[in-house]
Amino acid sequence: MEKYLWLVPALPFAGALILILGSGKLTKGISGFIGAGSVGLSAAISLVLGLQFLREPATVIQQQLWSWFSVGGLSTNFALHLDALSMVFIFVITFVGFLIHLYSIEFMHDDDGFTRFFAYLNLFVCSMLILVLADNLVLMYLGWEGVGLCSYLLIGFWYKEEKNGYAARKAFIITRVGDTAMAIGLFMLFQTFGTLTIQEILNLAPQRLPMGSETGTIIAFLLLGGAVGKSAQLPLQTWLPDAMAGPSPVSALIHAATMVTAGVYLITRTFPLFELAPLAQNWVGIIGAVTLLIAGFSALTQFDLKRVLAYSTISQIGYMFLALGVGAYSSAIFHFMIHAFFKALLFLGAGAVIMVLHHEHDMFKMGGLKDKLPVIFWTFLIGAGSLAALPFITAGFYSKDQILWMALASEKGNIWFFLAALIGAFVTAIYTFRMVFLTFYGEEKTHVGHPVGALITIPLVILGILSFAAGFIELPHTLGHFTLFSDYMTAVVPATELSPGIESTEWLIQLSAAVLCLAGVGIAYFFYMKRTDLRAELKSSMIVTNRFWYSGWGFDQVYDFVFVKPYVYLSSINKNDIIDAFYKGIVSVSNFFHDAFARTQNGVMRWYIMGIVVGAIFVLSIGLLFQ
Amino acid sequence: MKAIPVEAGLILAGTLFMLGLISVLIRRNIIFMLISVEIMLNAAGLAFIVAGARWGQPDGQVMFIFILTMAAAEVSVGLALILQLYHQLQTLDGDAANKMKG
Amino acid sequence: MVLLLFIIILMAGGVVAWIASRFNETVGKIIALLTVSADLALSIMVWLNRQAYLDSSQDQWMMRFNAEWIPTFGISVSFALDGLSLLMIMLTFFLGVLAVLTSWKEIEYRTGFYYFNLLWVLAGITGVFLTMDLFLFYFFWEVMLIPMYFLIGVWGHENKTYAAYKFFIFTQASGLLMLLAILSLYFIHGSANGTYTFNYFELLNTTYSPEVGRLLMLGFLAAFVVKLPVVPFHTWLPDAHSQAPTAGSLILAGLLLKTGAYGLLRFVVPFFPEASLELAPVAMLFGVIGILYGAILAFSQTDFKRLVAYTSVSHMGFVILGVFAFNELAWQGVVMQMITHGISTGALFILAGSLYERIHTRDITSMGGFWARMPFMAVIALIFSMASLGLPGLGNFVAEFLTLLGSWSANRTLTIFAAIGLVGATAYSLRIMQKIYYGEARMDPHRSSHSQDLGTREKLIFIPMVLLIVWLGVYPQVFIDTAKRPVNDGLKLSEQKIRKSFEAREAVLNQKGGAHE
Repeated sequence: MEKYLWLVPALPFAGALILILGSGKLTKGISGFIGAGSVGLSAAISLVLGLQFLREPATVIQQQLWSWFSVGGLSTNFALHLDALSMVFIFVITFVGFLIHLYSIEFMHDDDGFTRFFAYLNLFVCSMLILVLADNLVLMYLGWEGVGLCSYLLIGFWYKEEKNGYAARKAFIITRVGDTAMAIGLFMLFQTFGTLTIQEILNLAPQRLPMGSETGTIIAFLLLGGAVGKSAQLPLQTWLPDAMAGPSPVSALIHAATMVTAGVYLITRTFPLFELAPLAQNWVGIIGAVTLLIAGFSALTQFDLKRVLAYSTISQIGYMFLALGVGAYSSAIFHFMIHAFFKALLFLGAGAVIMVLHHEHDMFKMGGLKDKLPVIFWTFLIGAGSLAALPFITAGFYSKDQILWMALASEKGNIWFFLAALIGAFVTAIYTFRMVFLTFYGEEKTHVGHPVGALITIPLVILGILSFAAGFIELPHTLGHFTLFSDYMTAVVPATELSPGIESTEWLIQLSAAVLCLAGVGIAYFFYMKRTDLRAELKSSMIVTNRFWYSGWGFDQVYDFVFVKPYVYLSSINKNDIIDAFYKGIVSVSNFFHDAFARTQNGVMRWYIMGIVVGAIFVLSIGLLFQ
Repeated sequence: MKAIPVEAGLILAGTLFMLGLISVLIRRNIIFMLISVEIMLNAAGLAFIVAGARWGQPDGQVMFIFILTMAAAEVSVGLALILQLYHQLQTLDGDAANKMKG
Repeated sequence: MVLLLFIIILMAGGVVAWIASRFNETVGKIIALLTVSADLALSIMVWLNRQAYLDSSQDQWMMRFNAEWIPTFGISVSFALDGLSLLMIMLTFFLGVLAVLTSWKEIEYRTGFYYFNLLWVLAGITGVFLTMDLFLFYFFWEVMLIPMYFLIGVWGHENKTYAAYKFFIFTQASGLLMLLAILSLYFIHGSANGTYTFNYFELLNTTYSPEVGRLLMLGFLAAFVVKLPVVPFHTWLPDAHSQAPTAGSLILAGLLLKTGAYGLLRFVVPFFPEASLELAPVAMLFGVIGILYGAILAFSQTDFKRLVAYTSVSHMGFVILGVFAFNELAWQGVVMQMITHGISTGALFILAGSLYERIHTRDITSMGGFWARMPFMAVIALIFSMASLGLPGLGNFVAEFLTLLGSWSANRTLTIFAAIGLVGATAYSLRIMQKIYYGEARMDPHRSSHSQDLGTREKLIFIPMVLLIVWLGVYPQVFIDTAKRPVNDGLKLSEQKIRKSFEAREAVLNQKGGAHE
């Protein structure tokens, strides 16, 4: 099986290629079959590989495909590296990706760009797989930019609308800012280590970079720059909410399973570099904590169903960053996996809701869907419960609880991280159930179209089961102490070092998280089910804050003012190239002299004779004066 | 025979030259302009004669013969041009021939 | 002999095509196409036999040709080919074939003279890449200039006369400075060694004081930086590119600019390594200014060809940045950049030409929504705008990555600014897609009624370009290997020269010190 590893990214790529070349000639059935089938095959292969890894987590599969370029000490290969960490990622990417493909066959059925859509999706899956399987950073950068491109294409999929194109460009350009930081990080890494192969760098790191060294810190910060760009963390988070312009399956794929977690993958993959730069690692945690709060509060005020989910994604990735910041790598990856399940579920569910309501995005115009769409409702509820981390029964509880606990208990954690995470959990519960109540309860406000078919419900059900059950592979001390996932992850990342003597408080923390979560659900129930009349009052009393949160804490406006406007202005005033004015100046000076001399040529003979006379007198007088 | 002082000869030549020059400048009739040019040429010739006499050298007279021949050639070309000008412009006004304005 | 053949085929083909067109235009076109294709085939054959050259441990030259021309003045017909020039002439003939194909329908009057000029430009460029005699080099430098002037001035767009003049005056004035430097070099070498010669290899060994070296280098540099072009000498380029016919823009961007880069690698650095080293920080600064300035200006252009022209300015900034970084990584990046930029920018110009044929405008503000109508062309445009923003997997990424990686070790601050240029590149590249292919169709339907998707001839042009740019992106090693020897030898030679003159100066200092004691 090992030698078929290359097929995992190659199959979706081949699918994409066939779809691009055959666009216009393939029927929708065949396109869908190729698109979903190729990813399905990949998923099957990674499932088999996954079983092998479960038996033997420390396995490492290296596969050298061909030499990319080798120049002056730098040698880069198209080489794949599969270990326990990338295994989790390829499993999630292919498996969730496959479900999303299935869903899309029905969801996109009436769209003209059906084939194009599947081509993009496949290319996206392929890029993401290359990203996580890459054996060196240059190849990873290829995947990294590849997902950037595909997200651009997918967000702008409905290209006819100007604002979709704008959102797509915004996503690409902002992530490119992060990518550039990462590229500079690669230059530094190459100068320090003389190689860009990840494993070599990680092995050499302790020798070449002393603890807390300046170079190491700068490198770690630059990599972090790349990570925050792709993972939509502070300060580069602004592209993600706008990226909802794409079709819903795209949102599910980009924002749940794949692209946005690239940053988490990068940091986990290069964690020894971050361990050697404690300052940078601490900042990972700070960025995560601040982002999760900012995005959480923004999610509270949105009324577009998908934007709530977008902000919740930013917030949940903030949790992963927080976990990485305190050195709880296994927890971060666990939360990534669970998040991929429930967030894909939520996006797909939201997409289905929006579809049956004829492209209505506004939650306040929804309602009463509970009985009309039971499958969607129940799966969505499971997803929402997982997102809000309803205690004991949902997967989200186990993954998020672990992060909460680590934020405090880890040696690198502190009370502020913990408080941020705790408040975040509370806010998450509120906005999640606000969403559920607004969408599914109350009275029906928009006419419900024809119900959805099996290709939409089957992925929802599978994801629902996973969002519910996947949490049980990792249970905390206090509740059974079952550590399948973290045992598995010890093959690649170290266990988190805890502060001494803190174990005894774990149950207290779980209890407080559980209580806050339920309190959040209660508040949402109170305002959105029980006393809906209080809502307007609350809104008007907090109108300024509300607007501020709604706009995503004003980041867009600030960036617009500081970067975009000056750039566009600078560019537009100089459209005709100021430097050319210099050369045009030379031309007009010589033209001036031309005109001046040409005027003396007036055709009057007397004038010429006068010229001769004056010249002669001039020459003679000079001769007499200086003889 | 008492030699004419050089100064007197040169003053005469200079006066003639200036007369010619001024009339070239103020005349509009192109034939008069040509005549004035002839006067200037002869003034220059006179200066050569005077200088030759002063130094007792034949060069001055040689130069004068040169000038004579050249003046003859010039007059013939000049008159031909004037005829053409008259054909083209129906006037002998020199200022009318300003087609070469830059 | 093959080397001479490359040029003679083109020149003769040009004359024959001109004459043939007087009787039948199609025959003329076919002759032109066959001529360039023959050269392309020949150069590929040479390339396929490169293995012996790669393995041999002799000097960097694959082939040489020498014949006396005017022995009294030391002028000879001297050609030589190494990996670098081989890559360059292959690019020349490849783009040459495409140029003939793009002109097939576009040129409607004086066809014969057009193809004559086209082939002679190519001949001039080939000569520049091959010749090893500075007199002949200058000759070819002019040969590529004059037909290009006609291409712009006769077959260009609305403002062609202005653009042609501007192009001519800029390149000619800077070329004269180079002539001055060549002649000075000739006399300095002659008076020092007694043999007056224009031979490249002989002149390489000329020694001169640092001050003279600096002046001479500036002479050469003038010609090359104007051709490249480096900001602030770039302003001829947007006009020339936007006014030239499609094939003219293709050749300008794809090849003429590369002669500047080639000149830097072949002449400036090996002749004046010390002076170049002194100049390096300034030159790299100008490179970075070019990258950023070009990117900013490209962003606000509304004329498609002008926009692409400014992207060229931006991309050529990487070339000068890399050349003056003085290491193998950067130089290989520069070589890759020369090839990939030729293809990617060339493709964008051909796209502009194809659009112009359909809707008779280059104004992107009046375009929009063409994806629905011309999906094939949109995909091509997408690929090449991604190439121009440096997407990994396409050739330009390898070039830019290597250049930046190399220049990082030479100058960090400037490299960071150059890398910021990548964000600028994203902004302008996406703007191309947005304005032309995305959005609602803005053009009134009856004007755009002829806008069908690409035809067979156009597909025949674009598909090889796409394949090549992908090949360069995923398996560039064959090209890197071909250029390896010239790059390394060039660097080694410069290093030796610098070391020698350094030692000489040290010895002088020691002597002086000894005299004092």
